[in-house]
Amino acid sequence: MKSRTLFLYALAYLAFLYGPVLVLPVFSFNNSEFIAFPLSGFTIRWYQGLWADEAMSHALGNSLKVGLATALLSTALGLATARAVTRHRLKGASAALGFISLPLFIPDIVLALSLMLLLGLLSLPLSLAAVVLGHLLICIPFAVTVLIARFEGFDRNLEEASADLGEDPWMTFWRVTFPLMLPGIIASLLLTFITSFDEFLLAFFLSGTEATLPVYIWGQLRFPERLPMVLALGALILAASIALVILAEYVRNLGVRKSMVGA
Amino acid sequence: MSFLSLSKVSKSFGGRPVVDAVSLEVGRGEFFALLGPSGCGKTTLLRMIAGFETPDGGTIAIDGEVMNQVPPHLRPTNMVFQSYAIFPHLNVFDNIAYGLRKRKLPRDALRAKVQAMLATVRLEGLGSRGADQLSGGQRQRVALARALVREPKLLLLDEPLGALDKRLREAMQIELRAIQRQVGITFLLVTHDQEEALSLSDRVAVMDHGTILQVATPRSLYERPNCREVANFIGESNFFHATLRRIEGDAATVNAGLLGIITLPAANLAPGIKVDDHILLAIRPEHVRFAETGIAGAITAATFLGERNHFQVRLAGRSDPVAVSAADAPSGPAVHLLFPPERLIGLPFAS
Repeated sequence: MKSRTLFLYALAYLAFLYGPVLVLPVFSFNNSEFIAFPLSGFTIRWYQGLWADEAMSHALGNSLKVGLATALLSTALGLATARAVTRHRLKGASAALGFISLPLFIPDIVLALSLMLLLGLLSLPLSLAAVVLGHLLICIPFAVTVLIARFEGFDRNLEEASADLGEDPWMTFWRVTFPLMLPGIIASLLLTFITSFDEFLLAFFLSGTEATLPVYIWGQLRFPERLPMVLALGALILAASIALVILAEYVRNLGVRKSMVGA
Repeated sequence: MSFLSLSKVSKSFGGRPVVDAVSLEVGRGEFFALLGPSGCGKTTLLRMIAGFETPDGGTIAIDGEVMNQVPPHLRPTNMVFQSYAIFPHLNVFDNIAYGLRKRKLPRDALRAKVQAMLATVRLEGLGSRGADQLSGGQRQRVALARALVREPKLLLLDEPLGALDKRLREAMQIELRAIQRQVGITFLLVTHDQEEALSLSDRVAVMDHGTILQVATPRSLYERPNCREVANFIGESNFFHATLRRIEGDAATVNAGLLGIITLPAANLAPGIKVDDHILLAIRPEHVRFAETGIAGAITAATFLGERNHFQVRLAGRSDPVAVSAADAPSGPAVHLLFPPERLIGLPFAS
């Protein structure tokens, strides 16, 4: 009896979590401009409309650019940070880590406003580059966390063994550290890319005239007749995000198992 | 001429020195062991020789060249790590060939060299095995081969047999010694296992609290320890408080309280002991004998160990029981003990 109640509770909980998300794909295939039940038939015309929308493609292009730049930069910086923290005896390492993850706890709206004001004070234009800088703040903590876990998972003697066998630090990085860190690096790239790609507030404040995809979508909400197309776009982003997160977790676990054997 | 020369090498990681002004000379082609309990500084000393730690003071020279400023990848040393540190993303062949990249050997020469090394460590035919498909003993051999293939001037071994079970460890000891003779490279072994140090090495340095207590051959470490710590760490010893009364020629006379006035060879006294010094007399359990007469005692515990029996004997007026190792068991618990004077070693008493 009790387990049955708990089971129902779990079901209700899942429905609460994922029900709203399912609205997107359902109505994106609905043959009506109005978002209301009953559904009035199946169509893919909203998806076709997306295909033809050049402003949308442009915003998508912007988001991909920002996402890629953020992912590469935050992972590279995160790699350096994670290596420094795990491989050297550093004074104030934990304080530094605390400061690095602090932006995660600052409300995005505060972060966005302060960055916008700062750019103004420095007479720098709002641009996609500014968005990348903002995204770095919130992505580096993710990258550092993923990469530190990975560094701690492999025996530091492996890098010493490489030095011992005649390789300088640069070649040691490429022959030992990089291949062993690869699963972590890929996981970090995927996570930071997703984070940047989905991010709205910072992008809204910092992007100026070059909208990223979330900012573009927000702009489209003013036009009721375009709402189903936005739903179609949202459904696509949702599918891609889920796929990427699953891939990131899969790669990360793949690596963990392998390094356990090696340690 | 010494090959590895350490002069007043010190290291601390903030706080008490881990290695405290250690000086040491190791000869070319020697199999040398650093022996001591965990935390005695032996691994830190080894890591300084390999270049992974920088000494706070003193110099490290290998084959006449001062190494202090030389980074690990340019030192003529190779190391077998305690964890073996086999590269998990490479197979056995590539692990062994790892350190040969800079030599730029033609493909055939490289193959031949690695194959020869695989044969030396008896891993023929396992070149394509993945690192995760190896047993503990095989990993140890790969680590050894990977280091030896570079023909280092000095091979450093950090507790190389610690992770193996007892039988494998004994087999590997014999093999390691044979390989060292075959390649003729100077081996420097770090271990906390006295049996391993004694059975493998030409000479042993016993370390404790960051300093070297004694450097000697295994036999003389066992027979002529120079202090209580060494006598205790190498095998087992019984200690008796005593006072040195006089030295006449080759004979030293001591007042050993419970044991009476004893005359023993002056050569049995550790260096630096003077007349009237408070000393410790040390004797190995196997050198104490059961006899018809002697000092009376009672057996309080007996352990059967196969070829020999181990006894705890309590003497009147002494709190620590005397450890005795003998082939035959006495008939009853009441016994008499004999302490042959030539087997008693006089050690300084450090309060």
